[in-house]
Amino acid sequence: MESKEKILEVKDLTINFNTYAGTVKAIRDVSFDLNKGETLAIVGESGSGKTVTTRSIMGLNASNADVAKGSIMFHDKDILKMSDKEIEAMRGAEIAEIFQDPMTSLDPTMKIGRQIAEPLMIHKGMKKDKAMSQALEMMKLVGITDAEHRINDYPHQFSGGMRQRIVIAIALINYPEIIIADEPTTALDVTIQAQILRLMKELQDKISTSIIFITHDLGVVAGMADRVAVMYAGKIVEFGTVDEIFYDPKHPYTWGLLNSMPTMDTADDSLPSIPGTPPDLLDPPKGDSFAPRNAYAMKIDTEQEPPFFKVSDTHYAATWLLHPDAPEVTPPAQIIERQKKYKEMQQELAEEAKKPVKEEEEL
Amino acid sequence: MVDYDDSKKVLEVSHLKQYFNVGKADEVRAVDDISFDIYEGETFGLVGESGSGKTTIGRAIIHLYTPTAGSIKFHGKEIVGLKKGKTMSDLRRDMQMIFQDPYASLNPRMKVKDIVAEGIDINNLAKNDEERSKRVENLLETVGLNKDHSSRYPHEFSGGQRQRIGIARALAVEPDFIIADEPISALDVSIQAQVVNLLKDLQRERKLTYLFIAHDLSMVKYISDRIGVMHYGKMLEIADADEIYSHPLHDYTKSLISAVPVPDPEYERTRQQLDYDAKLEHDDKERKMVEISPRHWVRASEDEIPMYQKRAQAESLVKD
Repeated sequence: MESKEKILEVKDLTINFNTYAGTVKAIRDVSFDLNKGETLAIVGESGSGKTVTTRSIMGLNASNADVAKGSIMFHDKDILKMSDKEIEAMRGAEIAEIFQDPMTSLDPTMKIGRQIAEPLMIHKGMKKDKAMSQALEMMKLVGITDAEHRINDYPHQFSGGMRQRIVIAIALINYPEIIIADEPTTALDVTIQAQILRLMKELQDKISTSIIFITHDLGVVAGMADRVAVMYAGKIVEFGTVDEIFYDPKHPYTWGLLNSMPTMDTADDSLPSIPGTPPDLLDPPKGDSFAPRNAYAMKIDTEQEPPFFKVSDTHYAATWLLHPDAPEVTPPAQIIERQKKYKEMQQELAEEAKKPVKEEEEL
Repeated sequence: MVDYDDSKKVLEVSHLKQYFNVGKADEVRAVDDISFDIYEGETFGLVGESGSGKTTIGRAIIHLYTPTAGSIKFHGKEIVGLKKGKTMSDLRRDMQMIFQDPYASLNPRMKVKDIVAEGIDINNLAKNDEERSKRVENLLETVGLNKDHSSRYPHEFSGGQRQRIGIARALAVEPDFIIADEPISALDVSIQAQVVNLLKDLQRERKLTYLFIAHDLSMVKYISDRIGVMHYGKMLEIADADEIYSHPLHDYTKSLISAVPVPDPEYERTRQQLDYDAKLEHDDKERKMVEISPRHWVRASEDEIPMYQKRAQAESLVKD
């Protein structure tokens, strides 16, 4: 294994929003870390807290947000304790964000070259000429055709896919250590989505940045992520490597998510869905908040919140089903299929490893 | 199983053209010479990227636009150019629409019962108030809502529940044909499956015929019997849902399917994405829909037909 350098560590983050209706417990005890150069995907439904989590990393939460507990360590500094000035210096320079909607995240009255160059002028105090020439280089890097002529165009003169490339160029211009991508391709057509995802991967290799990728599309996660965290009702319920989550998931919510996406092989009248709706975070239910929608729920689920149980060094899930005293349950058929495939893959790998290693050619 | 007999045609669209800004410099050919049929009890999926014209077709069918040219027959009767009157109001009863955005398609100032009952009122389907509420309550229960919900306002509901209200409203006038324009794309994954299952159940119970418009290819495949693929206002390929996925013949369909992300990391690691060059379509050759193998149509010019036939043979869709 290559050595991993931790660059971001979120610990026990708990954020409440004070509203007229009461206190919304948006995220509760969220902990995860991010290594250099890796892509961490955060998956979950709307309202599960993915965006609140990343907004706190960017220092962008609304003024009624109250951090009840926790820390966000970026290298050796706690972002939650930074002054506004420090956060401003960090945001757009060391941590940058790609937003969901390329139609609204660009300034319609500003030429795109200027928009891409702006972070350089602000954060590095660069002169306009030099910043503009770097902006041009970045436009070429993200694949905007005929960049020389288009640098003085306005956002409305570009298609949705091209606009998202511009947004990516703005995020990358300072070679940030972390990029937060909040549903960056949800507003795009599938073919454009595929291009943008390919581009993000290539650029990540080039400038070795880490990505926190937020999405509800498990297909996209499978293609992009190294590790995955699944969120439900403001909590992380399972996290592990991409293979562990897709081929050996342990939490019934992860099962439900994977099952409710039809694949090429889904039979004609059997799309399993998760019944019910997510809980009201003004008043989260006692115990496991997924219990009311969970076909595998046990009595203890309604009484006590499950802690994380360790599945492997990299794989943890918060479900009582993993407790040693829990009864053995059979996951849905599709999940068993996935587990089977995983075992086969691992066997192949093991056999590969057993084979005598060919001597590497000397250079 | 759908019966593909000519007598079972619910909707026949032939050579439909819908242009905007006709004769001006910015003329848009949103729908350009499109033909397809939908049969009784069938779900016909219409897929394509934004701007391909799929929504325009749905709107032209339900009389929100006046087509530039072409014919649309519903139960054998021409409906293009229909004026207001008895036939028109019959049409509005038989054909209903479910919209994409459950937030924008419900009037925020109306109670759920009045939203659902609007069609009942207009068509005088209920004799008195009691019958009206009875019908509304039944409809709400049919779509999986509680009858107590009827006196609430739309903002009190989640996206999935709102889409159920939209479905109840469409069902209120007892239509036999429903146009569903991206009915699930605004919803969360777990809720999408609920709504799709509801649509399927309703189809079985009420013998409904659907035109299902979407860009989410995996969901379309799951719900549809046949699928038509659109690009730049033209229909490029029509075939059975399973066949178009496992054996696409047109290069655009191939590229579209290859771009769909699959929730399987191993598949994603080895995925080959095919790029498509749209210029090929603009070489001024005359193209029309050709049946390459049984019920599998591809838009082709005379000299392209042998190529598609070869492809179909290679995929063993036709016997030599």
